[in-house]
Amino acid sequence: MSEMDPAAGTPVAEPEQAEHHHGASLRDPDAAPVLSVENLRMYFPVRTSGIIRRTVGHVQAVDGVSFQVPSGGSLGLVGESGCGKSTTGRLITRLLRPTGGRIDFDGRDIAQLSQRELLPLRREIQMIFQDPATSLNPRHTVGAIVGAPLQIHKVLPKDKIIPRVQELLEIVGLNPEHYNRYPHEFSGGQRQRIGIARALTLQPKLLVADEPVSALDVSIQAQVINLLQDVQREFGIGFLFIAHDLAVVRHFCPEVAVMYLGKIVEIADRETLYNRPHHPYTQALLSAVPDVKQAAIGGRRERIRLEGDVPSPILPPSGCRFRTRCSLAREICAKVEPPLLQIGPRHKVACHFAGELGQAPQEPVTMGVCGVDANGAPVPGATPDIQLNDPGFSERWMDLRTGQTTGA
Amino acid sequence: MSFLSVRDLVVHFPTVDGVVKATEGLSYELERGKTLGIVGESGSGKSVSSSAILGLHRGTNAQVSGEIFLDGVDLLKINDESIRRKRGREVSMIFQDPLSAMHPYYTVGNQIMEAYRIHHDVSKKQARARTIEMLDRVGIPQPDRRVDDYPHQFSGGMRQRAMIAMALINDPGLLIADEPTTALDVTVQAQILDLLQDLQREFNSAIIIITHDLGVVAEMADDVLVMYAGRAVEYGPTKEILVHPEMPYTWGLLSSVPDVVGDTDAKLIPIRGNPPSLLSPPPGCAFHPRCDHRDKVPGDLCRTTVPELTPARAGGNHTKRCHLANPDEVYATEVLPEIAPELFEEQA
Repeated sequence: MSEMDPAAGTPVAEPEQAEHHHGASLRDPDAAPVLSVENLRMYFPVRTSGIIRRTVGHVQAVDGVSFQVPSGGSLGLVGESGCGKSTTGRLITRLLRPTGGRIDFDGRDIAQLSQRELLPLRREIQMIFQDPATSLNPRHTVGAIVGAPLQIHKVLPKDKIIPRVQELLEIVGLNPEHYNRYPHEFSGGQRQRIGIARALTLQPKLLVADEPVSALDVSIQAQVINLLQDVQREFGIGFLFIAHDLAVVRHFCPEVAVMYLGKIVEIADRETLYNRPHHPYTQALLSAVPDVKQAAIGGRRERIRLEGDVPSPILPPSGCRFRTRCSLAREICAKVEPPLLQIGPRHKVACHFAGELGQAPQEPVTMGVCGVDANGAPVPGATPDIQLNDPGFSERWMDLRTGQTTGA
Repeated sequence: MSFLSVRDLVVHFPTVDGVVKATEGLSYELERGKTLGIVGESGSGKSVSSSAILGLHRGTNAQVSGEIFLDGVDLLKINDESIRRKRGREVSMIFQDPLSAMHPYYTVGNQIMEAYRIHHDVSKKQARARTIEMLDRVGIPQPDRRVDDYPHQFSGGMRQRAMIAMALINDPGLLIADEPTTALDVTVQAQILDLLQDLQREFNSAIIIITHDLGVVAEMADDVLVMYAGRAVEYGPTKEILVHPEMPYTWGLLSSVPDVVGDTDAKLIPIRGNPPSLLSPPPGCAFHPRCDHRDKVPGDLCRTTVPELTPARAGGNHTKRCHLANPDEVYATEVLPEIAPELFEEQA
């Protein structure tokens, strides 16, 4: 932190602000999706070293991911390192060109657009990075950093840029007089505010925030989360919020998707996902989070121990990718990949034995939709009835208790 | 006297810009088999004060004073050779990032063996057998094969396990874990915390766990020491401090982290401003520029006088450093209803 660094001097004093006391963000049920991702895939080739760089395999970083981000709302993307959540973010901002799938932004598929075609879209989709120390050019002033997008996209004449930059600095809670200072003169939290101001410069419709607070001190994290909530409310920006911290995501995102080894294993509204998770991985992830308030009122929850490490994404396990660490895994899990099945109005889960914690069903719940028997062998004549890649939620879903399709 | 007894520890770093007062008058006690959690933000002095126990400031221009008694011996009074014999044998340390704490050119086994052979007169073969045994104990699969791997061949969680094996191979009485799980994913963090607790029961060692995560402290620690700007601001049994915190900085830490359970109406209340510079900390209570409750103290006591570490109103061994006359009432009526409405209703 710069506080300890004599060269940095004293961090710039922050102007006193109105108190922010924010509850969790809520979902607007009528919001249309600003982003709709369908069956998105990203395979990175693995090459041998030497002159002839033969491709010997692929890292399946993202493998068939589908979701929607509502206009002005947020979707959280959580998972452990290597699960593909950051790659997903980079695909949506088109820092990477996906191997396959659709990215519908504002009604247009941007998955395979060329750099030239993307240029106007860069105004609409912006990104906030994890580490504000490395994502700001140390040799540029804050004014140049925040004003750069305005120059590049020629939105404003030169003499109007500085006033606009000052306006933006004020929005993110920095002193507008400080536009001619350099990033090292600011503390970590203030630098992240600069990163946010830069992302807001062009008034984007979608912000991809990749671990926006995990590099910050705890007391500063809350300041930045509250700022992001303010900004979202004021400008109606859709957020894809990528983080490994389940508590932060719960606070910021009314809907959350959990990723494991390149796939979404469960996606649901906040209440369902955190209170009644149906995927054994989500259950394990939640039980692993140390919890202050729980400990304060007595005892800790029983932890679900996950054995071993995440398998390699070059050779992922057959069938369900989580089966190697799953306590429920049976024969069918190695044979058939579980579809992401909708089991509630806003709840999808990809598990043959989906159920609340400790109430996993005896028989696979997916036999009908996959057209297989309890051991995963195909049933002759059965037609699999799966709509794997629908990015949104359907009006009808499968009721796990009855096994029948029901609807709202 | 306790197994570990730190008294009035001061660590200052003279720099060209002035003296960085990294630790000011820190005192705490720790028994074998118990865990102390030290909580604070970056630059609060939590790591600096703990590395003083290992004598890691020797040979630098740091000014260290006070007393650190380990098993009755003052570690600040003994010579360099004696502290070197204790380092790794009686006190060892686990670092935050195991990749940078291990040498990339040596095998994991080699590095662990080295720690053992320095303190024990054994053959290479015996040391290797002991290393494999230790790797097995910390849950590394196929330890007889993995012992010859290099650090980069291990995953993050396995590297941290290997670090723990290295730290515990000499069965030290005191283990200092400096942010041992911050670089790890939650499920791996849970594995490592479980492992530390199992090993503590087995070896009856004392553990100091340095972290910024109150959740980790809540699960691991018997006692908590909250540090701010180089000073202890609240100290006592974990449960006391989490249920009846009496220092506004601790309240701030509790209210600025969201939760995975409980009411989603719970508010996220940040601590305003930034942590202070240790070169010129604010006069009086170092926390007063960020404190929401300073106006409740008559006069300008908070701005002029450093509060003493005094017994908390709740009693017990709980102490706090704050001028507020009725911190327990302020917490119960003003802070708790905002951050944990459901707890508040339960108590009412």
